[in-house]
Amino acid sequence: MEAAAGGGCGSGPPLLSESEQQCYSELFARCAGAASGGPGPGHPETSRVASGAATAAAGPVADLFRASQLPAETLHQITELCGAKRVGYFGPTQFYVALKLIAAVQSGLPVRIESIKCELPLPRFMMSKNDGEMRFGNPAELHGSKVQIPYLTTEKNSFKRTDDEEKQQETQSPTMSPFASPPSSPPHYQRVPLSHGYSKLRSSTEQMHPVPYEGRQPLVQPEGPSSGGPGTKPLRHQASLIRSFSVERELQDNSSSYPDEPWRITEEQREYYVNQFRSLQPDPSSFISGSVAKNFFTKSKLSIPELSYIWELSDADCDGALTLPEFCAAFHLIVARKNGYPLPEGLPPTLQPEYLQAAFPKPKWDCALFDSYSESMPTNQQARDLNRMETSVKDMADFPVPTQDVTGDDKQALKSTLNEAVPKDVPEDPATPKDSNNLKARPRSRSYSSTSIEEAMKRGEDPPTPPPRPQKSHSRASSLDLNKVFQPSVPATKSGLLPPPPALPPRPCPSQSEQVSEAELPSQLNRAPSQAAESSPAKKDVPHSQPPSKPIRRKFRPENQSAESQEPSTTISGPASGASVKPHPTVQKQSSKQKKAIQTAIRKNKEANAVLARLNSELQQQLKEVHQERIALENQLEQLRPVTVL
Amino acid sequence: MAVCIMVIVKENYPFYVRSIPVENELKFHSVVHTSLDLVDEKISAMGKALVDQRGLCPGLLYPTEDYKVYGYVTNSKVKFVTLVDSSNTAHRDNEICSMFWKLHNSYTDVTCNPFPNPGDRIRPRVFDNMVTSLMTQVC
Repeated sequence: MEAAAGGGCGSGPPLLSESEQQCYSELFARCAGAASGGPGPGHPETSRVASGAATAAAGPVADLFRASQLPAETLHQITELCGAKRVGYFGPTQFYVALKLIAAVQSGLPVRIESIKCELPLPRFMMSKNDGEMRFGNPAELHGSKVQIPYLTTEKNSFKRTDDEEKQQETQSPTMSPFASPPSSPPHYQRVPLSHGYSKLRSSTEQMHPVPYEGRQPLVQPEGPSSGGPGTKPLRHQASLIRSFSVERELQDNSSSYPDEPWRITEEQREYYVNQFRSLQPDPSSFISGSVAKNFFTKSKLSIPELSYIWELSDADCDGALTLPEFCAAFHLIVARKNGYPLPEGLPPTLQPEYLQAAFPKPKWDCALFDSYSESMPTNQQARDLNRMETSVKDMADFPVPTQDVTGDDKQALKSTLNEAVPKDVPEDPATPKDSNNLKARPRSRSYSSTSIEEAMKRGEDPPTPPPRPQKSHSRASSLDLNKVFQPSVPATKSGLLPPPPALPPRPCPSQSEQVSEAELPSQLNRAPSQAAESSPAKKDVPHSQPPSKPIRRKFRPENQSAESQEPSTTISGPASGASVKPHPTVQKQSSKQKKAIQTAIRKNKEANAVLARLNSELQQQLKEVHQERIALENQLEQLRPVTVL
Repeated sequence: MAVCIMVIVKENYPFYVRSIPVENELKFHSVVHTSLDLVDEKISAMGKALVDQRGLCPGLLYPTEDYKVYGYVTNSKVKFVTLVDSSNTAHRDNEICSMFWKLHNSYTDVTCNPFPNPGDRIRPRVFDNMVTSLMTQVC
């Protein structure tokens, strides 16, 4: 077969000049090395072994061919001529012949076997932006920047790596045919020419069938959905090529080529949308009403006209409610708009509800979905995860923020690379607070996940998708939030601002408008220095002193008394003043370091005091209210009683 | 052909105005405004008998020298008023009413959009397109 192939190709290896040989083998190594899952420059031997025995996967090959910027038909002819179609795979021979043909065509010669018999310049391959885009996810993870330049540099890196590889391969005869490798099935190859004409859809697909580079096997199995494979290293430029390419091919089988790739919802995105839908409406098969959707989408901070336009587009049946595919379409449009895509005139075909419904598999309605897309978070988005998990008041301002961080992510690359790689704890952490945020924040604001959507929207352009909108907590001005009452930790941090440095006049803090706390704090302040010597017991003393003191305004006295009463118990005899006097001289006598330590302790105690004081005041207010209610009820009872008696 | 189409909401201010030579819009405003009374009058005259699912179509409200004014009322008291060029006298009430029904349908589609607050005067594009098609078609 090899001879026949060689013969059929006509020229083949003997006509390769030195530079051609070098270039071709390098290119072949790239394509094949990626196919065999070349793990990078660190393992030249494995890659050599692998690529020596392997064929160039059709994925990178097709990419390469496309990068030559020849028309699709020409590429078809070339692939046919070089015999790859016949044998069903791109062996070295076929590959080299193809490259020569490409060079020939680029020189203006017709696509024929005879063309390559003459001396030709090297074929030119423009690494198009798309290729760079696809690899963006990888450099983005590494560099964490949004610039597109990293793509190109990483490409160069990959070239360098292949240089290493190809040096090893030069020892092999280029005519060596991968006998060991069974031909990839012809249908697989058939898709290659199809995808030639399938220009931009590379990075946008619905199913990730990552790639043949799985394993160091000599087998090229582009069909094998080796989702486990992708998890290895992030820097898989070639892998991403193949991956996305095979994904395209998959997609191509599913649908005709849509030129509007930004409107294609990827699997990750879709899962995210579905989760959001679920958070709004537990039943996936029912609708989201208009008002609910309005609240939700208004958080995206798009202008109302834009939102209404998006609604127009997405609500296909104009029923005022969004079904799941409609919702996904709307969400996708919003995300696109946030990333700077102009809104389309009409609903793109990929966003049509029928299409969405048909294309998407049955969703798995569990938190595993969170894992799947959150796993794809690159490391540089950890920070955003933290943002998401925080419950601070950050809203859609987060939208633009992550956009700046990661751009041009190829979601495919990311997802496949990170699917297994990212540790699970990361997804779970965002998953749970996200869930809780969603559940809790339902009436407040919603958290959008930043991750997958950001990558999803990348085509090497701008900003990513909405970040998770962290839960918008109630402002302090709002009514008593019981959550806050029972989370002293939160107010602790807030009241951390309150406590002033030790010697302060009795009107210290900008606290939560609690005069009670203000009244308490000064007393605590007065108490604090006296109890500074025993910080911990002091801390316990003060809280203890508060609950027993009922009337708030009279706290001074009870606290005075209680503090004074407790001081003897803590083995500090004498009145408070005496106690305060004594520790102070001793403190002064000691080094200033201890003083500072004491002061910090004082501060902490004060903070704790403030917290507890506030808590106490709030509880007392509630108690008052409850008392009042009780009184009212008793009155009612009194009024009713004589009636019933009669 | 229809020179102007106006959608007037319940509070009697125009929600949507579209007129084909645009510069006469103000004039159309006044005409339509005055015709609102006629709409109400006709509706009250017609009584409750003709409340069908598609809304009341009093039809020709008033012929002026240049235009004929047709009106239509929906169930929610949204009125559609259209001015038709008097030169095209071949219109019949049924045609006008069917036009109004189409208008009504697309109006309901527009109102399904939750985003614009009621009272915002936005111009939904689908509605626009449909109106344009109606206006040019009703020749």
